[in-house]
Amino acid sequence: MIETVPTRISHPTPKLDQNIMLFVRLLRAIGLKLGSASMLEAIDAAKTVGVADKDFLYHALVSCLIKRREDKPLFDQAFYLFWQNPKFHERIRDLILPRIKAAGHKQEDVEPMLRRLSDALADPPNDPPNTAEDVEIDFDTEGTAADTDRLQHKDFEMMSAAEIRHAEQAIANLQPKLPRRSARRSKLSSRGQLIAMRAALQHAERQGGMVIPKFRSVITKPRPLVILCDISGSMEHYSRIMLHFIHALTRNHPQVSSFLFGTRLTNISRQMRHRDVDEAVQSVSHLVDDWSGGTRISASLETFNHRWSRRVMGQGAITLLITDGLDRNPDDALGIHMERLHKSTATLLWLNPLLRFDGFAPKSHSVRTMIQHVDHFLPIHSLQAMTDLTASLAKMQTQRDAKLAEWQAAARRASLAADLVPAYAQESAYAQEKGHTA
Amino acid sequence: MLKKGFVKPMSAFDTVEAVQQELGSAGYIASDGLAVSLFLALAKQRALFLEGEAGVGKTEIAKMLARVLDRDLIRLQCYEGLDINQAAYEWNYARQLVDIQAQRQSATNEKPDADNLFREDFLIERPLLRALRANPRGAPILLIDEIDRADEAFEAYLLELLSDWQISIPELGTIAAATPPIVIITSNRTREIHDALKRRCFYHWVDYPSREVEREILALKAPEAGAVLQAQVVDFVQTLRGQQLFKSPGVAETIDWAQALVELNCVALDPQTVDSTMGVLLKYQDDISRIQGSEAARILSEVQAALVQGELSRA
Repeated sequence: MIETVPTRISHPTPKLDQNIMLFVRLLRAIGLKLGSASMLEAIDAAKTVGVADKDFLYHALVSCLIKRREDKPLFDQAFYLFWQNPKFHERIRDLILPRIKAAGHKQEDVEPMLRRLSDALADPPNDPPNTAEDVEIDFDTEGTAADTDRLQHKDFEMMSAAEIRHAEQAIANLQPKLPRRSARRSKLSSRGQLIAMRAALQHAERQGGMVIPKFRSVITKPRPLVILCDISGSMEHYSRIMLHFIHALTRNHPQVSSFLFGTRLTNISRQMRHRDVDEAVQSVSHLVDDWSGGTRISASLETFNHRWSRRVMGQGAITLLITDGLDRNPDDALGIHMERLHKSTATLLWLNPLLRFDGFAPKSHSVRTMIQHVDHFLPIHSLQAMTDLTASLAKMQTQRDAKLAEWQAAARRASLAADLVPAYAQESAYAQEKGHTA
Repeated sequence: MLKKGFVKPMSAFDTVEAVQQELGSAGYIASDGLAVSLFLALAKQRALFLEGEAGVGKTEIAKMLARVLDRDLIRLQCYEGLDINQAAYEWNYARQLVDIQAQRQSATNEKPDADNLFREDFLIERPLLRALRANPRGAPILLIDEIDRADEAFEAYLLELLSDWQISIPELGTIAAATPPIVIITSNRTREIHDALKRRCFYHWVDYPSREVEREILALKAPEAGAVLQAQVVDFVQTLRGQQLFKSPGVAETIDWAQALVELNCVALDPQTVDSTMGVLLKYQDDISRIQGSEAARILSEVQAALVQGELSRA
């Protein structure tokens, strides 16, 4: 490859090979799939364009090392850190995040570093030549059967930062079985029920006029999915992981509309369509400004019904409502808005993290109102709950939820009784329910 | 830029005002925004994509345009599962089968000549293909109505038509337009239309008309209603649109209501008539039960007071 190097090299750097090698290892460590062929190509390309102009070098490396568009943001960050800071790659061995900040960068100009990149840099491997392998081995040792099992059932709320990261990884690998419905289109199929005249005659034309019947069968297509997720204070520990969950669903499904609500409703469907989950979560955090604030479930549902329901609920949509249902000041209209939501969708699933408690009972006024208008009421507090849900999402349409019927009956009785009970008693029921979370 | 070989539509308008004037004389009051988009669409030979709530006159614009320009109107009503067979073309299978039989009988000893089974005269034209054919009255107006009801696959099929004004038939080849048709696409926004389709069109959001425009519309569409009734009807409907209703009444409902009131020999609104005819304006029970009764009476008295105030200040 050396003989292909043209005379255009302005400053032949003896260290260039080595630097690109280190850079490629860094990229591998943060999750890009790069073989040694790509590395050789990159070295060759860098030598061909020369290193005098940093932009040229950047584009040369991009053209060799980026195979999927969604890797670009990660690459850009890595490139910036690696080539912009002259001391960076010398110290790559013992590099930790605070030191880059200390190195006197204009940090306010730089987007907060993508988490995956900072994570990869934060725990530097002991032996640089084996960067990629080490990372993989790390994963393997932590993912022992017992460990995974424990993680599966652990409440997201109780997880450490490291465990959350593993959980996010697991969520990214979820294989949701999404509900489908028969479309009004058909495709050629030898076992179909419909006659395919066009195909039969095309065949006849080729076969000299011999008409042999061909058949079509009706195809199915996924139902649109609508996700309404609560991000208020009481859901604080779950909102981030729910974003990862929504992202995993969006990636596996062509038609997902997702909304976040706390005190107001935000449509995040487009943000969630970023392939890279870190980038998606980051752009959502820029967009939404009512994180961990109060809850106005009723008002948010009203906005949704009014502005979005008719735009996203067509074609037999399934709705996932992710909330604990705790609304400090529920207004009387909550029931009306829930009913409207229920009637606009094919199936309404309420996913409630509070359902992890065995003794759960619909006590607070808002939960009692909402539970009347849902088709399914399911937990969403652990990886196991999430996996169960995604595995059975396709069957939800036809199944009845026996436990839910019981709760609904209880809630109806309680509502009747509540009409006779003074308001302070309801308040204490709310506090009692809230007490479960502590 | 006109594509090579295409003829500029003969009676396209010269100015935006001309669009408004011509449509106005035919009985359609177009807002400035709509007139500009329409003018651009005609001048640049691109499709016009109209989005808006039900009943704001999206479909009507295509009908009026056809009348004003004296062109044929070809309408394709979209529905779920709409496919090439119903939208663009279909082969006449029965005739193809008969053709095979006939060939077999006429030349019993020879191998039947099935090579020309897919001939142009076996082609059944559906709206999209018909819109591309030369028309003695000039390029027709193609109305693709409520595209949000069709599925994504159909949208994708439209892309070729809208960018190159042609339809590819695998067995036959490509059929290009003699003159590109004037295409108007409407959507009620029950789902999002793909950006790729919108990119090929001029986009216009058809909003509810302003008070003045709506009065003009009523004067045209329900002249039998007196000026007083027209003003009251328009103000009442405009106020209703400000309420958080699940479905606000469109222009079509305003016209229907005014005409219904004329049938009832009503010269001015009163609470009883408003209550009993509420079903003409509002189509959801939740909305009706919210407005009917005291709320309607309140709005009506406000409207009446405002109109009297307006009269006084004018006098």
